[in-house]
Amino acid sequence: MEAGRSPNIEIITNAEIKEISGIAGNFFVKILCYPRYVDAAKCTGCGVCAQYCPVTILDPHNRNLSLKKAIDIQYTQAVPSSYSVNPDYCLFLNKKECKQCTRACQTGAINFDQKPEVSEYHVGSIIMATGFKECDASSIESYGYKDSPNIVTGLEFERISSASGPYTGKILRPSDLKKPQKIAFIQCAGSRTQISGKSYCSSVCCKYAVKDAIVALEHEPDLDITIFFMDMRLYGKGFETFYERARKSGVTFIRSRVSEIKHDKDTEDLAIEYIKEDGTLHHDTFNLIVLPMGLEPHKENYSLAKTAGIKLNTHGFFQTGLFNPLNTIREGIYVAGGCKGPMPLPDSVMQASGAAVCASELLKKSRGTLISEKAFAEEISIDQEDLRIGVFVCNCGKNIGGVVDVVDVKKYAETLPGVVVSTDNIYSCSEDTQVLIKETVINEKLNRVVIAACTPRTHEPLFQTTIREAGLNKCLFEMVNIRDQCSWVHAYEKEEATQKAKDLIRMAVAKAGLIQPLAEPVINIIPKALVIGGGLAGMTAALSLAEQGFECYLIEKTSVLGGNLRNIHYTLDGEDPKLYLNELIDKVSNHNLINVITESEVESVNGFVGNFHTVITKSSGHGTDREELKHGIIILANGAAVYEPDEYLYGKSENVLLQHLLEERIASGQFIPAKEDSVVMIQCVGSRDDNHSYCSSICCSMAIKNALKIKEINPCTNVYVLYRDMRPYGFHEDFYKDARDRGVVFIRYDIKHKPDVTEIDGGVCVTVRDPIINKDVVIDAKILALSTAIIPREDKKLEKALSVPKSAEGFFLESHVQLKPVDSYVDGIYICGMSQFPKPIDESIFQAKAAASQASILLARGYVKSEPIVSFCDTDKCIGCGICEYFCPYNAIKMIRINKKRKAEIVVAACKGCGVCSSYCPARAISMGRFTDEQILAQIKAFGAD
Amino acid sequence: MKNNNRDNKLVGAVMVVGGGITGIQAAMDLSEAGYYVYLIERSSAIGGIMAGLDKTFPTNDCAI
Repeated sequence: MEAGRSPNIEIITNAEIKEISGIAGNFFVKILCYPRYVDAAKCTGCGVCAQYCPVTILDPHNRNLSLKKAIDIQYTQAVPSSYSVNPDYCLFLNKKECKQCTRACQTGAINFDQKPEVSEYHVGSIIMATGFKECDASSIESYGYKDSPNIVTGLEFERISSASGPYTGKILRPSDLKKPQKIAFIQCAGSRTQISGKSYCSSVCCKYAVKDAIVALEHEPDLDITIFFMDMRLYGKGFETFYERARKSGVTFIRSRVSEIKHDKDTEDLAIEYIKEDGTLHHDTFNLIVLPMGLEPHKENYSLAKTAGIKLNTHGFFQTGLFNPLNTIREGIYVAGGCKGPMPLPDSVMQASGAAVCASELLKKSRGTLISEKAFAEEISIDQEDLRIGVFVCNCGKNIGGVVDVVDVKKYAETLPGVVVSTDNIYSCSEDTQVLIKETVINEKLNRVVIAACTPRTHEPLFQTTIREAGLNKCLFEMVNIRDQCSWVHAYEKEEATQKAKDLIRMAVAKAGLIQPLAEPVINIIPKALVIGGGLAGMTAALSLAEQGFECYLIEKTSVLGGNLRNIHYTLDGEDPKLYLNELIDKVSNHNLINVITESEVESVNGFVGNFHTVITKSSGHGTDREELKHGIIILANGAAVYEPDEYLYGKSENVLLQHLLEERIASGQFIPAKEDSVVMIQCVGSRDDNHSYCSSICCSMAIKNALKIKEINPCTNVYVLYRDMRPYGFHEDFYKDARDRGVVFIRYDIKHKPDVTEIDGGVCVTVRDPIINKDVVIDAKILALSTAIIPREDKKLEKALSVPKSAEGFFLESHVQLKPVDSYVDGIYICGMSQFPKPIDESIFQAKAAASQASILLARGYVKSEPIVSFCDTDKCIGCGICEYFCPYNAIKMIRINKKRKAEIVVAACKGCGVCSSYCPARAISMGRFTDEQILAQIKAFGAD
Repeated sequence: MKNNNRDNKLVGAVMVVGGGITGIQAAMDLSEAGYYVYLIERSSAIGGIMAGLDKTFPTNDCAI
């Protein structure tokens, strides 16, 4: 949506790449554009054409579970919000008759004379982000997806549970549109298989199955849901607790791969047979089966790779390297997201930012040469006396409209004092509604706008921009949340919810009468960065910023750069980490824009986004030096540490060591695996238990890597991996298979029956219960390697100085786990690498690049605009008690002296408008922009007025 | 000579191929960082797979 509003993004739809010529910095790209047969400039998105179109087709947006017309819009909030004709089905285009749409369209937007056109574009760089698709479910013949309407794929189930989907959010099964009492999810459909599908793990299916199960239970709490799985791969931040939540809400998890589904044609039910881990055979029948299908590359990747002169990997995804996860073999062409492998959403978002920054490094000299600033009309000065309020009430599809009587609410709003116009809209966030709002503001001469819709958290900026475009100051706006706080929480009390929506709108209108235009303070940015942590992530971020022309301080606690990467001696992919590390250290140390300061620590951080003052202490030969650095942004990359357990004889037996030390001993030749040796690895030591609730993501791959290395040196050495769930996600699944083929023995253990370790002569004896044979397995091992948790670094001084919040796991918290994965909660401070969460090398690199991307946007722009919600202190009323300074969580209040009296001063750039100061102020001297005492009192009065 | 200069100059525009969440995010970053962006999409609207998702983990926020 926001992309559709930027003056510097040109969206070209129905388009494909035909030819790429030129070199990095100077590409010429030929694009073939297929006609929409609708003039997007004239189309208002009213939909009359679709009402008249006689051709009904399956709707691909709803995964063919519903119908649409041959002229239609992809989905309600689509950008561009113009209709288009499907040339495969249109009667006129195929049989030269019909043209009902042309006659129906009031604006004359339909144009069947449009022809495919080739245009050439001149660009400096190209980013491939063509995504992935769901594997074809009908390719698994034994499941019979094609013949059984009640077997649906994961994406089909997403549409079923969506309010804007075919069943308006009710959980129904397609055959008879009845509620399915028993639902099964069958994992690894099309993934981790050599027979019908892909050999790799699709990384996201376990996660989205758990999400879908939880969402389904929220819709219908009495559903009986079972998930059949091989390993639940809920690696990554927050997912293990999500898994726990699913188990607690009653989802049954069964470890078994289902090989066949039998379809009963009379009842349309689905029967399965499955074998549990202990070998027992079971039968069960379900009303609906969901196949969370694996992800596969688009077939078009082949031709696109050929056109672009870039490579594909063996699976058909775009090929990148471990240390260059966004680069292709052709300079200037970068790849990001699902087109280079299956990955979850935050990874796609980070890679997108990372690829953007790669292009930015290349093109830095031409930054700003082709863009224009978004120009707003001058603000209209408003009449304080004559209130003209417009109220826009949103249906949010069925989200609100399914519960609240929106038309009734709209009519009620018209009766409120000061309201001159009120409308109801299907989706207030759609592009056509923005046009409607703008036109209404201008035609009705509105001077206050009230929008009753979803949450201001996600949509307030959109509506504010809309009214600003219509000439109103963006603070002449009030948003009422009648979804989260009304229709969602009162889904079963329709009348009361409608009444509550009216109450909320009445209160907002009362407040709107008192709101005033406010200015946005502008703060200049010091164009320098501070990167904390000289490991892989920190060095990558610093180098990216420097390559874009920004000066950078890189501070490192120890005496050398490299961090945890120094402990890695070889990689699964075969790339040499030592070589890369040395090259990286070289580049960073010798870059004239990077100032590397080792053996230094942050002592204090003052200031705010754009203007940080950081005092660091540096050890030197004669003691400790202090230095103050001034910079505009901070990138936090201080890494993570390895957990040292006090179980399995760690620290007591010299034969028990941590996984990375085993790697070091193998690499250095200290341990040469002999034929008679046995090596045992225990996974999840201190992970996914009471010590640390989360999965550390990288330990399974690390164990497989070391197991394969041992087998490479001596195929006769016995290697046993004792695990709870093997989680080598993505393409690493292939190495897991390789390890099994080479004779590495994987034995699952249950957390309730941990392996037992005792010391014996020349090694340790490990006893583990094998659940398949239900007997104890006893192994005399020369070495026991423990894959222990990756834990957050403890650095109280740094945490205190930055006041960046941490998650429950103790890692730095991102401001939105999916959509803002590198922004911390403090403006101008970004997080990356293992300080955010344990992750492998390539993920650290693209996250560091993403952090550099967000930082460089600020540094390049040179200023920030502050939200006008900041607090304001009336110094006449202020008694100088300082309680506000004490309670402010953002260091946004400083006590100053005015005429020798202590007074509070607001640091506008640091203020987040939380209101803590205002609520504590005993003299009522502090008021909040957009939330003054008078405004809130007016709201409270209005609440009781009806 | 003049021509040569023009040919060697880096172009301050980037083409992003694919209008899903990844392409949109890349386009937004680049445009905010000072580059003109052509966002190429094969279908009739941007949004990709994510536009078809109901809710996202873990807050179950609206995907759009």
